[in-house]
Amino acid sequence: MANSSAVQLNGIVKRFGGLTAVHRMDLDIEEGSFVTLLGPSGCGKTTTLRMIAGLLEPSEGEIVIKGRSVTHTPIHKRNLGIVFQNYALFPHKTIFDNVAFGLRYRDVPRGEIAGKVARALELVQLPDMGDRFPRQLSGGQQQRIALARAIVIEPDVLLLDEPLSALDANLREDMRVELKRIQVHLGITTIFVTHDQSEALAMSDRIVVMSKGHVEQVGAPEEVYRSPKSAFVARFLGNANLVEGRVGKSSGETVSVAVEGIGELLVPASRSRGIGEGAAASIVVRAEKLFLGAEDDTPHADALSLPGEVTAVDYQGQAARYFVEVAGRTLQALNPIEERPFRRGDRVNAVIRGRDCALVPLEDRP
Amino acid sequence: MTGWNFLRLYTVAVYLFMFLPVAVVVLLSFNSRQFGSFPMEGLSFRWFVELWNNDAIVRAFRVSLLLAALTAVISTVLGILAALALVRYRFPGKNTITTLLIAPILIPEVVLAVALLLFLRWLDMPRSFLVLLLGHVIFTLPFVLLVVQARLVAIRPEYEEAARSLGANPLQTFFAVTLPLLLPAVFAGMLFAFTMSFDDITGTMFWKPGGVETVPTQIFAMLRHSISPEINALGTVMIVVTVALPLIGMGVARRLAASRS
Repeated sequence: MANSSAVQLNGIVKRFGGLTAVHRMDLDIEEGSFVTLLGPSGCGKTTTLRMIAGLLEPSEGEIVIKGRSVTHTPIHKRNLGIVFQNYALFPHKTIFDNVAFGLRYRDVPRGEIAGKVARALELVQLPDMGDRFPRQLSGGQQQRIALARAIVIEPDVLLLDEPLSALDANLREDMRVELKRIQVHLGITTIFVTHDQSEALAMSDRIVVMSKGHVEQVGAPEEVYRSPKSAFVARFLGNANLVEGRVGKSSGETVSVAVEGIGELLVPASRSRGIGEGAAASIVVRAEKLFLGAEDDTPHADALSLPGEVTAVDYQGQAARYFVEVAGRTLQALNPIEERPFRRGDRVNAVIRGRDCALVPLEDRP
Repeated sequence: MTGWNFLRLYTVAVYLFMFLPVAVVVLLSFNSRQFGSFPMEGLSFRWFVELWNNDAIVRAFRVSLLLAALTAVISTVLGILAALALVRYRFPGKNTITTLLIAPILIPEVVLAVALLLFLRWLDMPRSFLVLLLGHVIFTLPFVLLVVQARLVAIRPEYEEAARSLGANPLQTFFAVTLPLLLPAVFAGMLFAFTMSFDDITGTMFWKPGGVETVPTQIFAMLRHSISPEINALGTVMIVVTVALPLIGMGVARRLAASRS
């Protein structure tokens, strides 16, 4: 266990004055894996990353990197590669000197520096940029150089602080693929901080969803998306409808949940979070799992079919997001467009299948 | 339109009022006659030559240069250190310390001069070149501090964090990243300190030990005896030093800044 874990956080706490930014956090990050800290701004993800980096000292708890406790080790002795949101390339140094910077403070023989820098620049596909200055490069290129500078020192862990957020949308998706390719190629343990759920879902081996300084859920992207542990997680990833219901009988495979005005849904027991009979809970219906059909469609055998009216349409090209009024609730449906999108005011049938749903505890109302 | 013309005329008049006396001094320093009168009767460098041969003036010039150079170096080093502490760290009493460091700008120089003198008497320290230097550092430090601080605020801490994450210790980070990025401000601050020290007369009068003269106090002393045309020549040299030097310096600083942004 201790051998396969690259980073361990043991009960770390960070307080700023009277404010607790991170509450007693435990996390075990496996060697070679890509782990994302995901959450809205102020959730503590950046604070956590800065504690791992050594830029902040935890108020309590212990940080272990590769079996070595580094809680009080200064940042320059931790052997980490960090890529900052705004790249932070040294503006007064050439690209070569930027990338070579970390090597000069290590016992790397002078003769080997040029070769290592060249290989790093090749890896990020910018082999001929060595003589230029950062200001002569585009944002995407600067980002690649920042990555090259961080990995050339062969760090134990690569830390990425929202590295894609300064790029424009198209470039961001390309860089996402690129970053993942390099990470897999090097097999380097990577901790990635983002507030963008699509980045997290696309790149991670594991996602740590955080809210208000607490870890809400840790799991593989599919797990976090399909079986959210809480209403917060369900809402934060993708578009989800949360409908309150009462849990009924369990049949082993499924749990029956009664929803006022809608009817009874059979939710898989594996995604029911063990919520017991008689309790109130929220049913999570993903927007892309709420299927809209014409009013006269024949109902499905294993699904509830509910009449509703489209109240708003958010057209997205290949798909559309509809807001549908069903039994006094407004639900979201994200459906591909086959012939033509529905229009505002159309009467439709909203189809919900119990096996697409998940159950989460009711939200704590503040 | 007449309003604009009036404004233009008025502006020109103000500038003439400010710079004409200076121009007259420069012009008369090239006069070949002993007593300045217009129109000038001939051009010559004789007053500059006499200046060069006047031991007292050459000595004063040396003192001024040494004093200004030392003031500039010490003020700059202290200013950088203070700016780093005030911008990059949080500690109790920070606002008080900022105010104390900036205070010499706000206090009239005569008051500052007397205060330092009384303080030194209380310490039983005689006036010396060291005291003079100390005084100059005190009143030039705020200018260096303000210039360096303004630049440091604009340098994002991520550069330093990146350097440290790559294995540079705090001292190595300062010399490899922070100082090079600060250089334009450091240069400008140093020039400020140099010219201010070189020009100063009020504080210098109070602090200088007997027998030591700087260029400004030397001019002042010479004026008490007679109005020699040598003073015009000396004035011209002073103007060249205190105007040309900052102009060149600003040019260099701008080029440095352009290559570092």
